[in-house]
Amino acid sequence: MAEKLTIATTSLAGCFGCHMSFLDIDERILALAEVARFDRSPLTDIKHCRDRVDLGLVEGGVCNAENVHTLREFRRHCRILVAVGACAINGGLPTLRNPIALEECLQEAYRDGIGVENPQIPDDVELPLLLDKVHPIHEVVRVDYSLPGCPPSADVIWAFLSDLAAGGEPSLPRELIHYD
Amino acid sequence: MTRPTFQIDGKPVTFTEGQTIMEAATAAGVYIPHLCHNPEFEPHGSCKLCTVKVNGRNCSACTFPAADGQEVLNDTAELNELRRTITQMLFVEGNHLCPSCEKSGNCQLQAAAYFLGMTDAHFPFFYPRRELDASHPDILLDRDRCIFCALCVRASRDVDGKNVFAIGGRGIDSRLIVNSPSGRLADTPIAATDKATRVCPVGAILIKRHGFEVPIGERVYDRHTIAEESLEREEPIVEARHG
Amino acid sequence: MDRHEYEHRIINRIVENHGRDTRQLLSILREVQREFRHVSPEAQQKVAQSLGVCITQVSAVVGFYSFLSTVPLGKFDIRISDSITDHMLGSREVAAGLCRKLGIQPGESRQDGRVSLSFTSCTGLCDQGPAGLINGYAIPRLTEDRTDEIARLINDDIPLGEWPEEFFAIKENIRLADRLLGNPVRPGEALERTVALDRETMFGEIETSQLRGRGGAGFNTAWKWRFCYEGPETAAVCPPGQPAAGIERYVVCNADEGEPGTFKDRVLLQSCADQVFEGMTVCAYLVGAKQGFLYLRGEYLYLHDQLEAVLATRRRRGLLGKTILGSEGFDFDIEIRLGAGAYICGEESALIESLEGNRGVPRNRPPYPVTHGYLGKPTVVNNVETFFAAAAIAVHGGEWFAEVGTEKSKGTKLLSICGDCARPGIYEYPFGVTIRQVLEDCGAADVLGVQIGGPSGTFLSDKECDRKLAYEDLATGGSFIVFDRTRDVIGIARNFTHFFAHESCGFCTPCRVGTALLKNLLDKIAEGHGATGDLAELSRLGRFVRSASHCGLGQTAANPILSTLERYPEIYQARLKTIDFEPGFDLDGALATARRLSGRDDADAHLSQS
Ligand SMILES: Cc1cc2nc3c(=O)[nH]c(=O)nc-3n(C[C@H](O)[C@H](O)[C@H](O)COP(=O)(O)O)c2cc1C
Ligand code: SF4
Ligand code: SF4
Ligand code: SF4
Ligand code: FES
Ligand code: FES
Repeated sequence: MAEKLTIATTSLAGCFGCHMSFLDIDERILALAEVARFDRSPLTDIKHCRDRVDLGLVEGGVCNAENVHTLREFRRHCRILVAVGACAINGGLPTLRNPIALEECLQEAYRDGIGVENPQIPDDVELPLLLDKVHPIHEVVRVDYSLPGCPPSADVIWAFLSDLAAGGEPSLPRELIHYD
Repeated sequence: MTRPTFQIDGKPVTFTEGQTIMEAATAAGVYIPHLCHNPEFEPHGSCKLCTVKVNGRNCSACTFPAADGQEVLNDTAELNELRRTITQMLFVEGNHLCPSCEKSGNCQLQAAAYFLGMTDAHFPFFYPRRELDASHPDILLDRDRCIFCALCVRASRDVDGKNVFAIGGRGIDSRLIVNSPSGRLADTPIAATDKATRVCPVGAILIKRHGFEVPIGERVYDRHTIAEESLEREEPIVEARHG
Repeated sequence: MDRHEYEHRIINRIVENHGRDTRQLLSILREVQREFRHVSPEAQQKVAQSLGVCITQVSAVVGFYSFLSTVPLGKFDIRISDSITDHMLGSREVAAGLCRKLGIQPGESRQDGRVSLSFTSCTGLCDQGPAGLINGYAIPRLTEDRTDEIARLINDDIPLGEWPEEFFAIKENIRLADRLLGNPVRPGEALERTVALDRETMFGEIETSQLRGRGGAGFNTAWKWRFCYEGPETAAVCPPGQPAAGIERYVVCNADEGEPGTFKDRVLLQSCADQVFEGMTVCAYLVGAKQGFLYLRGEYLYLHDQLEAVLATRRRRGLLGKTILGSEGFDFDIEIRLGAGAYICGEESALIESLEGNRGVPRNRPPYPVTHGYLGKPTVVNNVETFFAAAAIAVHGGEWFAEVGTEKSKGTKLLSICGDCARPGIYEYPFGVTIRQVLEDCGAADVLGVQIGGPSGTFLSDKECDRKLAYEDLATGGSFIVFDRTRDVIGIARNFTHFFAHESCGFCTPCRVGTALLKNLLDKIAEGHGATGDLAELSRLGRFVRSASHCGLGQTAANPILSTLERYPEIYQARLKTIDFEPGFDLDGALATARRLSGRDDADAHLSQS
């Protein structure tokens, strides 16, 4: 048997919707298991990528320093890096904060907002710092493919994986392209 | 007498003197992607999505007059790539969050991008700061999604006779502006029944309290491509105009 | 009288003085701004009311022209030219020095409202920079000493009228005259010959000269005039070859001269205005126009009064007005209209929009201005130099003109030469002259390259000095900027790219968004953050903007990038990172706010760029 395709997945500033959609491929996951094996992923609880991964699926945009490190790890290890879902592709809903200064956001959330107790902007070194804007992943690393949708449907993910597993150049048929 | 004819992608198309390439193509059932054009109004020529090659030169089909013997290229890989670049530019220029937009599924920018196979916006995003105008009781103006097609400008001026909208500023800082001393929509004579509220190809002008009446997934461009839908809608209008 | 009432009265008077004519909106707004140092939203409303137009029409125009401001400018408003040649002469340092001496920041007005300073596109004083404008008036040669004095005058609140005259003295710098500059036309000379000959004979002279437009595109002038005369086919109520009866026609002289590095039209208007007006009047006679316009770029405000004086003298001498030179039915007059800081208004259809009181957005073509121009009527738009040459042709004949030049480019061309050379100024050459010859004449040494035809033209390397200025080889509107080996190719391309992004009118998507993207991408590369993929992207994006844009601005906006990329790929390569990607924004900088607010500065509170 040919070597299995290794897949890593992660969620940056995302809602796990894209991961849920992935699981929506239902019984097709059995077929996938025949040809692929998961590396770092919330599905496997493997914390870091092994040396080389064939395919990295990234959900969510980049909103903090930790996202940047994770994304770089993915780019370093993955031969093919895929932006999965609206948030990875254009920042998604988290970018609603982009037109507002970060200072204003933090003040509102941790100091001046209604119902804030013990007002203080977190300074724990364990917490990743926020970037002043949320960015889609292609603004931080090179990205090979994008799978649009919020989330992309299981069919989209499946079509992409099938193309790839078959060794072809993945391309989404028109009817599968949706941004919502 | 034979009618004057030109070729689109090798297919002969007859036309009436005075028609643009776009009008002749629509009447002949050939879709040329477009956003700022709507056959009910005077052509504008700003989005450039309708770029076609006429005898080897790029021209805007919506403004360029049809002429006998022209060789027009429309559905080519090169032109579709150019058009895809335009839709990508329109996405990065504004703030388009389709998942939270009421127009999603009925939006022509989105549908054109689907049609052109756009899977990402490619360019860095601008994330501009643009003012939202929710002052009017019935109408919402979300400038984040405006693509400067000037259809609302034309509809308000030419059909409603109210001149509610205009495009102001310059270059990348262009903005849709509103005709009232306060600059707010509530202080203009616009009404929800005006033509100007019905022509926005994107979700920049929306009627309030009609959100999500049709579920996502069952909307116009969830069921048809923009090519099918636009020919069906526009062909009769062009026919009525030119007989 | 309270402030509002006062403002209202002044605005009403201004509008009244312009005959409540909406088409003069730009002139009205210029005057409002002169009066109140800005055009406030309230003032816009009052202008709209007085004119009976929508507020949007007024505010759209205010927002379009960079000289109009919605916030108060200083009593002394300084604008320093950002032209590449001014940069090379140290304009940025001069501006920084001035700011220090005046206690302000660029883009700001001082607290006391005395002074404001900002930057502006090329002011057309490239041969005598660093230059700028003070309250709209050109001020050349801004040396360290000069700015000391300026700062003192401003701090002492000395009115501009009392400043030393030499501060505003603009040199002519005509270095080389050939058949046009060497044979000036006496006022009336061309018109006398024109009215003495029949129309066809004079048309014949212009045709024989094979004069082509000097604004850059090089369209045959006789044909343009002929099309205008014969009128649009749709209105052709007349046999071909005869003017369409009852249709008004217009003659417009394009003195917008916004292409950085070009200043020959300024010199012609400063020193030979009579001959330019004479050319316009000859044209009016031939095409049957009664009304003409000189569209003068706002930067040339200093010429306005003296040009009005020339027009007044011509009216007195019967060279303008009714029954010119006693010729029955030959009525023609010229109105001067000032622009307000928008390069795009040099594009002829945008210029016409501006003349009509609108934003300067280029129209869809066809139809062309020559059949559907000002107010939809047949309109000739020609460059200053074109009219200047036409007057000489009317006097000396077409053959005299066509004796020199090349097969497809007859006659002589004025060049505006500036940059790294000993003798910047105006040079007149027969077409066909080599770059080498020009470089030798102007005293250029150690040449890296030459920008021909301004930013929208081509960057030539020193290996191309045998190329010729002529439509057969290098077409040019006359801008000729010399760069020596101390200059940085990418820096030059960057200056030009910023210029186009700033001047894009924003009408069409490819140029509106594309020029902004090009600017950001080139900045990224210039600042050393570019990676391998960025060059391919730059070139792809450049070719896209060139091929998809609506008008000449967008179609040429990528030329500085494309022409330097083609010639100096190794310079761009050397600027790249060896990695395959780097973000276009400053990652560590993006954490600065969060660091400050959390008070953290540990290692995890920082990010490397790649
Ligand atoms: C962006 C742009 C700016 C232009 N600026 C000028 C200008 O400042 N002066 C000028 O004479 N022509 C300018 N032109 C060219 C004019 O559109 C027009 O071709 C010219 O005025 C015709 O006159 P000519 O035939 O005498 O050259 C410009 C064109 C473009 C596209
Ligand atoms: S206007 Fe269209 S493209 Fe923009 S967010 Fe809404 S649906 Fe998406
Ligand atoms: S609001 Fe809509 S119709 Fe009006 S210009 Fe913007 S995109 Fe076009
Ligand atoms: S190319 Fe640029 S300047 Fe010309 S119409 Fe388009 S946006 Fe305006
Ligand atoms: S995380 Fe999947 S669409 Fe936002
Ligand atoms: S549809 Fe033709 S330019 Fe927009």
